[in-house]
Amino acid sequence: MTLFAFFNNLPSLLVVVPLMMAPIAALIPISQLAWAATLLATAVSFIAAVLLHMLTGAGARVTYYLGNWAPPWGIEFVVDSATSFVLMVITALGFVVTLFARRSLASEINNGDLGKAYGAWLLAIGGLSGLVLTADAFNLFVFLEISALASITLIALGAGRVRRSLIAAYNYLIIGAVGATFYVIGVGFIYAMTGSLNMADLAERLPDVANSTVIYVGFGFMVAGILVKAAVFPVHIWLPSAYSYAPSAVSTLLAAIATKAAIYVLARIVFTIFAGVPDLTIAAMNWVIIPLSLAGIFTGTILAIYESDIKKLLAHSSVAQIGYITLGIGVATTQSLTASFIHIGNHALMKGGLFMAVGGFFYALGQRVTVYNIVGMGRRMPITATAFLICGLSLIGLPLTAGFISKLYLVRALLDDQALVIVGLVLLSSALSLIYLWKIVEVMWSNNPAYNDRDFTEQPALYIPLWMLAGANIWFGIDSSFIVKGAEAAARALGGGL
Amino acid sequence: MIMAFLSSMMSVQTGMLIGLLTPLVVALLVPILAVRSNWRDAIGPIGAVVTLAGAIRVAGAVFNGEDATLFIVSFAKGLDFVFTVNPLGAIFGLVASGLWILAAIYSVGYMRGNHEHHQTRFAAFYAVAVHAAMAIAWSGNLMVLFIFYEILTFSTYPLVTHKDSRLARNAGRLYMGILVGSSVMLLLPAVIFVWVTTGSLDFVPGGILAGKISGTTASWLLALFVFGIGKAAVMPMHRWLPAAMVAPTPVSALLHAVAVVKAGVFTLLSVVVYIFGIDFLAETGASDWLVWLASFTILAASLVAMTKDDLKARLAYSTISQLSYIVLGAAIASQIAAQGAALHIVMHAAGKITLFFCAGAIYVRAHLTKISQLDGLGREMPYLFGAFFLGALSIIGIPPLGGSWSKFYMMVGAADRGLIFVLFVLGLSSLLNIYYLLEPLQRAFFRPPSGDVKIEKHPLTVIPPVVTAALSVALFFFVDIFAGFTRLMFG
Amino acid sequence: MTQPSLFDVLLANWNYLIVIVLMMSGLFIVISRYNLVKKLVGLSIFQTSVFLFYISLAKVDGGTAPILTDDPSTIYSNPLPHVLILTAIVVGVATTALGLALVLRIHSAYGTIEEDEILAAKTAAMEPRYRRGDEAEADALAASEAKS
Repeated sequence: MTLFAFFNNLPSLLVVVPLMMAPIAALIPISQLAWAATLLATAVSFIAAVLLHMLTGAGARVTYYLGNWAPPWGIEFVVDSATSFVLMVITALGFVVTLFARRSLASEINNGDLGKAYGAWLLAIGGLSGLVLTADAFNLFVFLEISALASITLIALGAGRVRRSLIAAYNYLIIGAVGATFYVIGVGFIYAMTGSLNMADLAERLPDVANSTVIYVGFGFMVAGILVKAAVFPVHIWLPSAYSYAPSAVSTLLAAIATKAAIYVLARIVFTIFAGVPDLTIAAMNWVIIPLSLAGIFTGTILAIYESDIKKLLAHSSVAQIGYITLGIGVATTQSLTASFIHIGNHALMKGGLFMAVGGFFYALGQRVTVYNIVGMGRRMPITATAFLICGLSLIGLPLTAGFISKLYLVRALLDDQALVIVGLVLLSSALSLIYLWKIVEVMWSNNPAYNDRDFTEQPALYIPLWMLAGANIWFGIDSSFIVKGAEAAARALGGGL
Repeated sequence: MIMAFLSSMMSVQTGMLIGLLTPLVVALLVPILAVRSNWRDAIGPIGAVVTLAGAIRVAGAVFNGEDATLFIVSFAKGLDFVFTVNPLGAIFGLVASGLWILAAIYSVGYMRGNHEHHQTRFAAFYAVAVHAAMAIAWSGNLMVLFIFYEILTFSTYPLVTHKDSRLARNAGRLYMGILVGSSVMLLLPAVIFVWVTTGSLDFVPGGILAGKISGTTASWLLALFVFGIGKAAVMPMHRWLPAAMVAPTPVSALLHAVAVVKAGVFTLLSVVVYIFGIDFLAETGASDWLVWLASFTILAASLVAMTKDDLKARLAYSTISQLSYIVLGAAIASQIAAQGAALHIVMHAAGKITLFFCAGAIYVRAHLTKISQLDGLGREMPYLFGAFFLGALSIIGIPPLGGSWSKFYMMVGAADRGLIFVLFVLGLSSLLNIYYLLEPLQRAFFRPPSGDVKIEKHPLTVIPPVVTAALSVALFFFVDIFAGFTRLMFG
Repeated sequence: MTQPSLFDVLLANWNYLIVIVLMMSGLFIVISRYNLVKKLVGLSIFQTSVFLFYISLAKVDGGTAPILTDDPSTIYSNPLPHVLILTAIVVGVATTALGLALVLRIHSAYGTIEEDEILAAKTAAMEPRYRRGDEAEADALAASEAKS
């Protein structure tokens, strides 16, 4: 009976299990138990996501009515190939980073607060899963805010080590709330014109009312709001501080999955809700998304080159990588969407690995990791440093790593679309990213190690999850069929672009 | 005789696996055996011999027209991770594995003689670089080639910056900057363009681009390839070569004879012969501009070489010049010239590695790096300078040294296509080579010794150059084997 | 039928006018005020304007409160936006609560809740920038950075 119920309610489990476990984890007094509860919840989520991925394999769509109320009056969760792909990424990374978090969070947050941290952790993961699952425009706002508030709490938990995390959290709160409210305004306009909130229903109704300014404005507000959460230039400014001052495990989690969910939502808005209004969406892609993506790519890369704090450097690099993903969405062909989804998966692996490695360095050093005190780390902490190198090479796009596959598909999609200038810019930024990565690599294996007085024993609890991700980078660089097939199915499910 | 023995011992597939994996095995064993330095230093040459055996087996199969393919995994529809040996690849594989034996022995003598640190790291990455070179030689399509081209760049970085000095680090930055920058910004889009336009990246005799693109597009695409393949050191992508001289000489010998630069020109030649197709280039004239650029590089690099007093720097510019011979051979777009270019890969490798071995041996034994310091040393180190002489003659292109053949083929090819000025360029370049390569010898033999120079004995650094010098002579007489391969290049 | 004048249009859409005024005031306060609590106030005003927007959308001409009566001919205002706004109000409350909690922590960490003073404190802790090669100084600086 329970197994039957389990299968029938798979989509909602992805949200309900973390949400239910969150207060439990928060109330457990023993932090190790709270961690175990969190791990259990993320494991269940991951299993559910895998099952859903198998179900949607042949292009099928899984729909789930919350409370058995049929849409368009009820709220439904819809899982198609695109959703299941992103869900796999979210839950898989959620699980691996939770493994990493036990030691890492314990060293950076007061023991008394750990339970509550895990509660917020689960709320964030559950919120992001719900964000991706929901097929109701307003429900999306709710999950947007759930995940945002949980993320803010997690970021602010870094205050024990560096008080600037409070400011970063506060700024994220203000900007994020403004963005979410913009999204609500947009939904309001759309609702006013169509009377519906369900995504599929909107897709049917919008073409009839498409020619009014109200729809244009509504679309604009919705997209603008989501761009804030997705950290697209120029509303990305909350990201560098937020990611660099948060606790290590939190940075890893957020960098790997938070913005990806928002980018997926952007794709949903453009390709599902407004599928019948191509004039509007094409104009938005060409005049807004593509230029902003390029701007983000270069801003992120150049700021990363000049940054000496490693976490901030990686955060700037994340802004650039998000630019690649949104560029693929902006070009809006099936091939470019495939490339975007491939990069959603690969970047989660890369950035997750990089931030985990930095978390390992932070654990050993006890102070902010910069290019000055990472000198000679290659020899002191070889396991962590080599994993950092692998993920870094993946970031540059060395062949036989996952990052190369992303770059390959993106450039191919752009060349197919004859966007030669954009190809040139993408490759230029890729070459530039070598500079900031090599800056770190050079220093790590140089001859004069800093700090002879600390204990640099590497903790298996920290480097095993790290090597899971680094190994995945190599595996998916050699045999990328799983990610590529999933991404192709995702792109097709989104309607194959415009 | 050897072939029959090897054929009975292993299949073609096994030969390929041995050729590709043995260097990796060496790279793994070196750190494990690091405690016993004698064992660690022995696996290099032993691994090289095994690799050469595999390469010979494979080359034999290719010569007989057998299929030599090793499939690993499929990347995407129509794009496989596969190794296929074509005649050009067989040649390069033989060169890489054969010279690795001598380079491995030499580097043991050099590193010990110089009391270098980090010998384990050095030996391990050396092996990885050779593996990458073998993989490039035997790559089945342009994508696999690109993959290992990049891996070669990254695996040679620790070798270039081996000394860990500020100079080495800056040289490393220039090295990575030029090679990775050019490959990411120029070579990768060229490869993907070919993929998008023709739907395939396979190496086919006669090329796959004929009829798919116009002549002007072909010119631009060729430009992307030429400047994207930074390892071929066509000007202005040549600056990394002299900068990389900061590395220990075994690395320079490897870089300038065996792995890196030959990988570069091999890639370019493969692209010209198997992607563009010689006939397509001849019809459309898409490579005419390259004839001029290559000629310019040949002469300009030779002129710069004449001004250099540092021996390794002079040899570096000589290498740039000689690489452009191969580029020129490819650009002339005639079969004979392309054959000459392929032959030059072999001849130049043997000759240049001799010169570099000698330069390194002089440094280890007498601690001298400048040509002006070499006065009168010929009497003290006769074998070394004798080998240097033979290597220089090969580079200059005088019979009975192997280099004369490749030059001859290229001249015939140029005359065939009516490019008379190329004959002048080749001739003038030979004259310049005579000047800057024989000057060290003239100083060594015909001048009185300048001061008191203590010469140490390091036999392991003298034997390899003597062997490679003899090889350069032997190649003159046994050119038929390689010439046969080159004829097979065109199907 | 003459074109309605601007004044007529504004008069007819007075509810949207109020929404716009509140929205812009709220945003302006968020951007221009340095005091962190005032920013939150601005955010609240901004969010309230959106609530009013939705609710005024819901009003049907002649409609009454959307509570079922026995009279079948009653016209009801649209209840859905009311429900949406209840949700949004809750979200707004949670956001404001979290924001105020953060302000409290910022006050105890920095001693002030004026953004310009906080920025000054941050910059003071950051100068002089790390200088290359001087390990001891980088060490001391990193120690003070960690505390900030």
